[in-house]
Amino acid sequence: MTDERIKQFEVRHERLKTLSDDELKAHFWDLCYQVVDPIIDLARTHTSPSIERSILLRMGINSAKSHGIVDAIHQAGLLGKGAGHVLLKLSQKLDIDVKAAGDAILENKEVLNGLFEEA
Amino acid sequence: MTKKMQPLDPNKKLDIEAILENLEDYRPPRKGWTWRVVPEEGVDMGPFHYRDMAEPLKRSIGLPASKYFDNIDPQPKPVVTTEIASGRFEDDIRRMRMGAWHGADHLMVIRHTGQSHIDGLMEGTPEGVGGVPITRKQIRASRKAIDLIEEEVGRPINFHSYVSGVAGPEVAVLFAEEGINGAHQDPQYNVLYRNINMYRSFVDAAEAKKVMSSAGIFQIDGAHNANATAKAGWLVMPELLVQHGINCAYSVRSGMPKDLIGLSTVPPNSPPAPKFWYDLPYAVALREIFSDFKMRAQQNTRYIESSIEEAIRTHTIDTIISMLTSADIQSTITPDEGRNVPWHYNNIRGVQTVKQTWAAMDGLNEMIQIKRDGPLGDMVRDIKERAVAFLEEILEVGGYFAAVEKGFFVDSAQYPERSGDGIARQGDGGVAAGSIIERDPDYLAPVCAHFGDNHLPEGITHACDAIGGCTLCNPDLITYIDEFDPEDNVHKRLEKTWDYRKGNLIRPEVEWAGDGTVLVEMMIPENEDYAREAGLEIARRMGLEDPQVINLMVLHPAEGCFLEVKGQVTFDIDRRDLKIPEKVVLLSEEEIRAAVKKTNLTVVAGTVGEDEHSVGLREILDIKHGGIETYGVKYHYLGTSVPIEKMVDAAIETGSQAILISTIISHGDVHRINMRKLDELCREKGIRDKVVLIAGGTQVNADMAAETGMDATFGRGCKGINVVDAIVKVLKERGVV
Repeated sequence: MTDERIKQFEVRHERLKTLSDDELKAHFWDLCYQVVDPIIDLARTHTSPSIERSILLRMGINSAKSHGIVDAIHQAGLLGKGAGHVLLKLSQKLDIDVKAAGDAILENKEVLNGLFEEA
Repeated sequence: MTKKMQPLDPNKKLDIEAILENLEDYRPPRKGWTWRVVPEEGVDMGPFHYRDMAEPLKRSIGLPASKYFDNIDPQPKPVVTTEIASGRFEDDIRRMRMGAWHGADHLMVIRHTGQSHIDGLMEGTPEGVGGVPITRKQIRASRKAIDLIEEEVGRPINFHSYVSGVAGPEVAVLFAEEGINGAHQDPQYNVLYRNINMYRSFVDAAEAKKVMSSAGIFQIDGAHNANATAKAGWLVMPELLVQHGINCAYSVRSGMPKDLIGLSTVPPNSPPAPKFWYDLPYAVALREIFSDFKMRAQQNTRYIESSIEEAIRTHTIDTIISMLTSADIQSTITPDEGRNVPWHYNNIRGVQTVKQTWAAMDGLNEMIQIKRDGPLGDMVRDIKERAVAFLEEILEVGGYFAAVEKGFFVDSAQYPERSGDGIARQGDGGVAAGSIIERDPDYLAPVCAHFGDNHLPEGITHACDAIGGCTLCNPDLITYIDEFDPEDNVHKRLEKTWDYRKGNLIRPEVEWAGDGTVLVEMMIPENEDYAREAGLEIARRMGLEDPQVINLMVLHPAEGCFLEVKGQVTFDIDRRDLKIPEKVVLLSEEEIRAAVKKTNLTVVAGTVGEDEHSVGLREILDIKHGGIETYGVKYHYLGTSVPIEKMVDAAIETGSQAILISTIISHGDVHRINMRKLDELCREKGIRDKVVLIAGGTQVNADMAAETGMDATFGRGCKGINVVDAIVKVLKERGVV
């Protein structure tokens, strides 16, 4: 395997040697973007508990509360909607502000039941 | 509105308690990174024109030799970093002030060990280990202190910490809200060195980078860790280019402007290796490939051990590489990093290394040039080709995650060779594995600076309009948490150190108020084993607690060793028991010269007693040494071993207004006897009120005048100006001038 890798490198090397400095630089960056683009797609289409808590922080909900709220939303299977989305929806349903919607979830996570079921 | 604090008084210590007041109302006065102002036409300071310097500070402390150069303190054009983190931010902010006065404008706070594995934000002000627990309260207090410090020195200061770990996005929001100016963010660092799940690390990183960009936070990557971790740091150069490239490309794709993206780069080698042969081609390759990005030039830590001087010499060479190539930020490493958590004064030494090197080499690139053709060019090309081949192989094995699983990174061999000691991580492994969640088609995040798919309600273009604003747009929405732990907090710690900070007690410190640590240097004429034990025993007998040898250098296997031993003193000094010698305010030079001219001031001078020393007195007299002659005083020098009688007779004969005697060797109080004799003899001859009597010498001090009948006495460090000043003052008292 190792020998094969070294051989492969030698083949690559022969090809790379023919590139000008500018071409080599352009190739470097082209490869870097090829490496990161699929990861960027993963990031674009996924979220995480920390991202969702960071969204609640931006909504004015402190770190002590954001944990419990995101955990409850996660358990209810709604984190893919976005925690901020859940709070916004709940605040509209209960006619309270988003912070109060967060408190409502901490008090009783049942409030999340059926939140996204009616159109 | 925050109540504005009074500007700092340079003669008063920081009032930590006052800084901690009203933090709930604190708002950072500005956000984002600030570069130094570098005038294109150069900077004139003292007798010199500088080509590579930024605007000077309003208040600062220059290099020790600056007193010979009108006290100028030229400031290098890159931002200069110092890393400060003792575990107690209340002590660190005092060190930040010291650092700023020496020219640091990038204050980097290392995080508490283990914070990267805490899934969420920390709050309050608990004590840290190996760094500071980064919390909102800690940041606010530090930033508020820095606001005052930057006003004191007259230059904006960048405050920096780390957006890494499993809570990256939350930390990024905290930093954006609180006006942190710079941060490390590199998902590869989490994966390789913190074993955080790779998918989680990269998904979080995109959000964190987007948030950082929104607040203008300058980003530094973590690639230099490969250099610090690998067995042979100089062999991993191709990989370093790859790691820098991945973080730069990922940052750009996350929406970060290129001028906020910095490479953390270290010259990887160290003497006795032929450092430049490796480090210079590497530095050139890096700057050519990453020409659109910023360079944060770090200094080598890989090979730094317990010798302060060795570290400083290596860091000087690192700084030369920065000057020969480029550096937007010149970081400094405290030279004691290899032996302990950095001490106050070693931060200053690090900054001085950069200032001294930069000043010495100012304008160098106008005189010399890197020879691009020849071996350097070949090596530059080789590093680049290996890096490109590395990237090609990553894609060939299925991309970044597959490459990490196969242990591509931090292998100590030079690519394509492999030692098989690379750090391999698995996609389903690590901290927070399996924690990323696919976004639903109707996913929504109603806040600003959010990365990725986001289905905002119809008609909403500014994301947070959906909820009436977010904390990034309106800081009043931030909820401030003060303390969680009634015991482990800054207020409890400050109570214990009050006497040292605001009371009358004094104890030496290197990290924390009242830590009592001192360092003793000694040469022990024994072999290593005996020298070490003897050093410890000497420290114990000197009364030091917990002595430890922190550096031992063998001078010769049998003849002896140089040792540095640290330990703690266990006693306090009370300020009220100390007698501070009164400071003499000198007359102005104009006034002195006028008086000398008016009286045609003439003196006789000589070394008295059986004393053949003359150097000290000649320095007091001669124009060459800035002696009394400089101010127009005429003198009759009578030589050495002059009898007192001869001094007095000569004064009468020449009509001198003053007699200067010098006495250096002083057995059995001979110096005092000679001074009294001079006074008595002048009285006998009836000229005491016509002459000013001055005595000086290494055994003499300023307090001896009264008991010996002299008009003034001087010890070590006395200059011609002090002597003339004293003579003129006596003449003024007598109404002569």
